[in-house]
Amino acid sequence: MQNFLHTFFDPNVMARYLPDVLSGMMVAIWIGAAVVVAGVTAGLALACLRTYRIAICDVFIICFADIFRALPPLVLILLLYFGLPGVGVRLSGPVVLFVVLSLTLAAFAEEIFWAGFSSIEKGQWEAGISTGLGFGGTLVYVALPQAVRLAIPPLVNRVLAITKMTALGSVIGVLEILSAATTAQSFSGSATPLSLAAIAYLVLFLPLVFAARMFERRREQSLGR
Amino acid sequence: MVSRPMLEIVSLQKCFGDNVILRDINLKVAQGELVFIIGPSGSGKSTMLRCCNRLEEPSGGDVIVDGRNIMSGTRRDLDLMRLKVGMVFQGFHLYPHMSVLNNVTLAQRKAMGRTAEEAKARAMDMLERVGLAHKADAMPAQLSGGQQQRVAIARALALDPLVMLFDEPTSALDPELVGSVLAVMKDLKAKGMTMLVVSHEMGFARETADRVIFMDGGVVVEEGAPDEIFGAPKAERTQAFLSRVTR
Ligand SMILES: Nc1ncnc2c1ncn2[C@@H]1O[C@H](COP(=O)(O)OP(=O)(O)OP(=O)(O)O)[C@@H](O)[C@H]1O
Ligand SMILES: [Mg+2]
Repeated sequence: MQNFLHTFFDPNVMARYLPDVLSGMMVAIWIGAAVVVAGVTAGLALACLRTYRIAICDVFIICFADIFRALPPLVLILLLYFGLPGVGVRLSGPVVLFVVLSLTLAAFAEEIFWAGFSSIEKGQWEAGISTGLGFGGTLVYVALPQAVRLAIPPLVNRVLAITKMTALGSVIGVLEILSAATTAQSFSGSATPLSLAAIAYLVLFLPLVFAARMFERRREQSLGR
Repeated sequence: MVSRPMLEIVSLQKCFGDNVILRDINLKVAQGELVFIIGPSGSGKSTMLRCCNRLEEPSGGDVIVDGRNIMSGTRRDLDLMRLKVGMVFQGFHLYPHMSVLNNVTLAQRKAMGRTAEEAKARAMDMLERVGLAHKADAMPAQLSGGQQQRVAIARALALDPLVMLFDEPTSALDPELVGSVLAVMKDLKAKGMTMLVVSHEMGFARETADRVIFMDGGVVVEEGAPDEIFGAPKAERTQAFLSRVTR
């Protein structure tokens, strides 16, 4: 027991590396927040664009969504970080992480929002259009709010899954939680920094998971009436 | 007809691919007239109605509302025309994410440009008229089908339409709820609304319609006063159809 505590929860090591892990947390929060905003916005915009059913746009959007949902983000991260400098483009670690995760989230979000749009009955569009709202007005005031409502539960899960992937930044030197912890682990020879990292992730994500659960429960109640 | 018709359909055609649904429809509806349309399933009644506000794009012919040809003009003209042509669907199609009041004010605010206060006042008047002012804050899912359909009527009326199109407004309703919707339509007619109604409510037609149109095979087969059509139909197809639907 003593040994276990010493390995995973050594107070001296904790005190020594807590600041690093905390600053890693800040980095993860910033990148994660930026990814969520950019990815969800882009995904929603693409899904809206798809409601216009312009053949050439649809092909582009579907290809984008399929490719970025199929590719492991780690592969893209390595490709951009180590490959692009070869053609003279040098992006910093955080930028690469942000770009790749945003694109990945945008691809998933587009499909989730599109599924929302697809399940809105045609009569809703006809009601909006026949009252003079036009296609755009009906999209904004009638279809979009309903699509977003349907999309929220799967979207929250996907957002959680993808923001956790900020940990991938550790392979390209982004000083987020995991890289702060692995660096500390190799300096100190103790697993304690890794425990700190796990705790940091819990502190960050458990409230979000919990909030998602509460939201889902409220939704079920309001649907059950 | 003395005055110019409120709604005029001139050699309207509609095909879906090679499938000719409307061959050559001609119809004039005078101000304040209620024209009732009957015909077998698939005869193109809904399609004709939907062509009257270009929810369905006609393949040929013209539709003239209050002297304006709806087939010409810009997109903006098209949306303005749609304010003037109210449409009520079999399936109500209220917006489920909005209160009854917001269902009725949305297009007033966003398509007509009324202020929130104007729209609300008008909406409350119209809800009053269909007997549902007390449900203004309810959500559509909390209403019965008959109530939902009356809200849908109020939503269309709030836009000050010149013509109202009804596509089987009571077909999705439980029998005991049909009467409330028909009563609202009767009241509308009494107040002088011009109406084009597709329905199977023959009793309502006898009582309220000025004219009955029998459609089949993409044309108007026969038209006349309700007593003529229901009492002594001339065309064989009309006779066959009526004997089927009225037993
Ligand atoms: N969007 C469409 N694409 C292809 N065919 C269509 C479309 N809409 C309608 N049709 C066809 O047009 C014909 C007429 O349809 P419509 O709905 O106008 O008939 P209706 O007289 O209203 O029938 P019902 O009494 O069953 O409502 C039908 O055969 C239908 O299959
Ligand atoms: Mg029909």
